Amino acid sequence: MGADSDNRRGTQPAPLCELRGITKVFPGVVANDGIDLDVRAGEVHALLGENGAGKSTLINILSGMYRPDAGSTSFEGRPVQIDSPRAAIELGIGTVYQHLTLVPTLSVLENLMLGSQGGTGRLDLEGARERFAELARLLGVDFAPGARAGALALGQQQQVEIMKALWRQDSRVLILDEPTSMLTPQGYEELRGVLENLKSEGLAVILITHKLHEAIELGDRVTVLRAGRVVGSLAPEELRGRSERELSARIVEMMFGEQAAELADAVEVEATPVRRNLPRRELGEVALAVRGLALDGDEDAVGLRDVTVEVRTGEIVGVAGVDGNGQRELAELIAGQRGSRVGEVLLFGEDVTRLGVGERERRGLRYVTDDRIGEGMVADLDVAMNAVLKRIGRRPFWRAGAERRDEIDRFAEGLVERYNVRTPDVRTRLATLSGGNVQKLLLARELAGEPRVAVFNKPTHGLDVRTAEFVRDQIREAAAAGLAALVISTEIEELVDLCDRIVVISRGELTGEVENTPGVEERVGALMVARSGSAS
Amino acid sequence: MIARAARLGEATLTAAVPIVLALVVNGILLAALGRDPFTFYADMFNRGLIQWEGFQESIIRSAPLLLIAAGLIVAFRANLWNLGGDGQFLLGAAFTAGFAPSLLESLGVWPMLLATMAIAALAGGAWTLIPALLRGRYGVNEIITTLMMSFIGIGVANVLVKGPFMTEVGGVARTDVVPFDERFPLLFDTRIHLGFVIGVVALLAVHVLMTRTSLGLRLRILGASPRAALHAGLRPVRLTVIAFALSGALIGLSGSVEILGVQGSFRADFNPAYGLLVIPLVFLARLNAIGSLVLVIVFSVIQIGGESAAREAEITSDVLFVLVGLMLLFMALTEYWRARRGRRMRFVPPELAERLRPAAGDGGGVGGEPRPAIGAREMGSR
Repeated sequence: MGADSDNRRGTQPAPLCELRGITKVFPGVVANDGIDLDVRAGEVHALLGENGAGKSTLINILSGMYRPDAGSTSFEGRPVQIDSPRAAIELGIGTVYQHLTLVPTLSVLENLMLGSQGGTGRLDLEGARERFAELARLLGVDFAPGARAGALALGQQQQVEIMKALWRQDSRVLILDEPTSMLTPQGYEELRGVLENLKSEGLAVILITHKLHEAIELGDRVTVLRAGRVVGSLAPEELRGRSERELSARIVEMMFGEQAAELADAVEVEATPVRRNLPRRELGEVALAVRGLALDGDEDAVGLRDVTVEVRTGEIVGVAGVDGNGQRELAELIAGQRGSRVGEVLLFGEDVTRLGVGERERRGLRYVTDDRIGEGMVADLDVAMNAVLKRIGRRPFWRAGAERRDEIDRFAEGLVERYNVRTPDVRTRLATLSGGNVQKLLLARELAGEPRVAVFNKPTHGLDVRTAEFVRDQIREAAAAGLAALVISTEIEELVDLCDRIVVISRGELTGEVENTPGVEERVGALMVARSGSAS
Repeated sequence: MIARAARLGEATLTAAVPIVLALVVNGILLAALGRDPFTFYADMFNRGLIQWEGFQESIIRSAPLLLIAAGLIVAFRANLWNLGGDGQFLLGAAFTAGFAPSLLESLGVWPMLLATMAIAALAGGAWTLIPALLRGRYGVNEIITTLMMSFIGIGVANVLVKGPFMTEVGGVARTDVVPFDERFPLLFDTRIHLGFVIGVVALLAVHVLMTRTSLGLRLRILGASPRAALHAGLRPVRLTVIAFALSGALIGLSGSVEILGVQGSFRADFNPAYGLLVIPLVFLARLNAIGSLVLVIVFSVIQIGGESAAREAEITSDVLFVLVGLMLLFMALTEYWRARRGRRMRFVPPELAERLRPAAGDGGGVGGEPRPAIGAREMGSR
C-alpha cells in the first residue's frame, strides 16, 4: 500500500471513506451541521477545532456511537450505515479515545483480546501472540505481551490502546482522539514515528486535536471545524512548503474569522513557546508552604514522596509533568480533599494540615479542579446554584438555612457578566454549557470573594486558544493583585508563558525546580524525562 | 411555563401508564380465574374510595405510609438506600406501645403522645447510625447493612414486646392497650386520626427541606456527586449520618403513628411490612414528595378497596400483591421505553429540518442512494 502515499503528490486516490452532509443535533445545539469529510488511505487527516466545535460528535458518528440526523457515509465507494459500534469495527474503523480504557489488572495481551473474541469458544492465544508481534513491530513497542497493563507508563498504555484499535487483521481507519494529551515530548516524537509507519501500511488515520501545531506537524491534511461546521481545510499540497507561522495564521483565520488579529498572542503560546517580558511582580511573604508531603499510592491514586514547595504572594509557580504523575493527588492534598500520611500544609505560616476543605476555603485557599463537571460542578444543578456551591448555607445566599433565590441569582448574574460566560440565563442547567463556559464559571466562582492562595489544576486543558488565553489572563491578574498561584499543567509552553518558577513532578516526586529564564523548556523537558524512567 | 407543564404532564403520564397497564393485565388474570374483573375493580374503587367508610379507611391506612415515604425520600435523594424501613418502623411502634401506657398514667394524653412520638423517632433514627457510619467512613454498602439491621430491629422489637413491654394480661403476647379515647384525636366527625395530618405535613416539610433549604441542597449534592460534595467543602460523613437519621426518625415516627392512631397496642409478630411496600411508590413518583403523596393515597385505596373486593369475589387478597408486582414490572418497562425513545429522539429544530430536506436529497446523490434516515415524515411528526 506504500504506493498510495506516493500517489498523494499526483493524482488523488479515491477516498476510503466519505462523509457527506453529516448533521447531528442535540437539545439546543447543532453539534454537526452538514459536515463533509474525506478520509484517504495512507494519510493522516487532522481534525482541528476548539472545544465544542463538533469533533467528538463527528468521531462518535463515524465509530457508530451516534446516529446522524442527516447525511450519508460511504466506504470504498459503497454507501454504508454505521449504526452501531460493531458495524464500525466490522468496517475496520478503530478508535482510541482520549481516556484510557484498559483493565489495569489484566495483561496487555488479555486487554487486547477483550471484546475481540466472539462466542464462547476457546481463546486463540497463539493467534493473539502473532498479532501482537505484528503490531509491536509496526508500532515499535518494547513491552512484553504478558506485562500488566496498569504497570505500563501512560505512553505505553496508549500504544496498547492503539494496538487494540488495530487488533482486527483488516483494520482500515484509525481514529485518535487527542492522543498527545498524556505524552512527554519524547512520547510525542514516538507517536510521530508510529503515524509514519501506519501511513506506509496504507491505513487512514484521523487525528483529533485542538492544538494548532500538532495539526500542522502531524497532519497530511487539515480540516478545521467551528461551531459544528467545516470552516476550511488544507490539502497536502497546501500544507507542504509553507512555514509553520504562515500556516498558523491561515488556520487561525479559519477558526476565528475577523477576530484573528487579536488572537495572535494566544496562538503564539500555542505554537512556539516565547517567554514574554512581564514586569517583575513584587513577591511577598510565603503564602502556601507544602512540606514533606507523602501519600501511599493505591489503585486510584499515585503515591507521593517528600513533596516540598513554597509559593509567595504575587507569585505564580508552575508544576510541570506528564499527566498522571501525582499532580491531582498533590492538588487534593493541598485543598484538603485527601489526607496525607506525613508532611504538612501551611497557609501564611498557619498549619492547616488537619483542617477540612471548608475551613481551608474560609482561610482563602481555592482549588480550581481539572475535573470540571465531575467534581467542580454539579451538572444537574443550574448555573446560579453552581456559582454558590462552595458557599452553601452562608449569608447572604441563605438565611437560617432558607434559600434566598434572588441573592443567589444576582450574584451568579454578576459572575456570568464579568467572566463572559455564555448561557441563556443563570437558571439554565449546568450540563448544557460548553466546556469553555463551564471553566469560566468555575474560575469566576473560585476567584470571587477574597482568594489568597489558589491551586489551578490544568486550567486550560481542552479549551480553545481564546478561552485558554482568557483563563491565563485571569490568573495573571489575580497574581498581580497578590494571589499566590500554583499552576499545574502538562503543557510546558503554558507554564513558560505564565510562571515565575517551574517545578517538575515525576512519579510522585518533585525532580527539580527551575527559574523561568530563557531556555527553561529544555531543562524542564529534561527533568520530566530524566527520572520518569519509561514514562515516555 | 409551557415546558414545565409539559414536564409535569409527562411525569403524570409515566406514573399513570404502569398503573393502568397493571389494572388491565391483572383484570385478565382475574378473568382467567373465573372472576369478573369489572365487578372486582368496581368493588375495589367503591369500597376504597367512593363509599365514605372505605374512603376513611383508605386515608387512615395512608397515614403511616406517608411518613415512610417522607423518610425514604430524604435518604434516596442523597443517594443513600435505606432499605431498613421495616426494622425502624417496628422499633418505633414497639417503643411507642411500650412507653405509652405508663407515660399516659404519669403525664396525661398530650404529653404522652408527644413523648412517645419523640422516642419512636429517636429509636428509628438511632437504628440507622451503624449503617450510616459504615457507609460514610468506610464506604460499606448501605443496602446490605440497612437490611441486616432491619432483621435485627424486627427481632429486638419482638423481644421488647415479649419481655419488658409485655402486658400482665394473659393471652397473646402484646403490650398494654392504650384506650381508644386516649389515642390520636380524630378529625372532625370522621374516624380519620391526627396521624394523617402528621403524614401530610411531614411530606410537605420534606419537600420544602429538599428544594428550598441549604441542608436539602447539600443532601442533593451528596446524592448527585460525592466527589463534588467533597470538593465543595461539604462533610460527606456528617451529611450521610444526618440523612440516615432523618430518614430513620420519620420511619420510626410512622410506627408510632400506627400504634397511636390504629393499633393501640403492639401484638407480638406484628409486621405489616410497610417499609418495603412504599419503596416502589416513591420511585414511581420519582422521589418527588408531592407525587408520592398522591401515589400513597391511590395505593391505600387499592389496598383497602382491594381487600374487601377480594373477600367479595372469594379470592385470596394475594391478588393485590400481584397487582402491585405488575405495577412495578410495568414501571420498569415504561422507564425502559422512555430511555429508548430518549435515545432515538431527534432534536432538529424546524428551520434546520426545512433546510436539510433538499440537502439530504443532494447528499444522497453523492454517496449513492439517499438515506431514508432524514425522513420528512419522522421530522414532521415532532
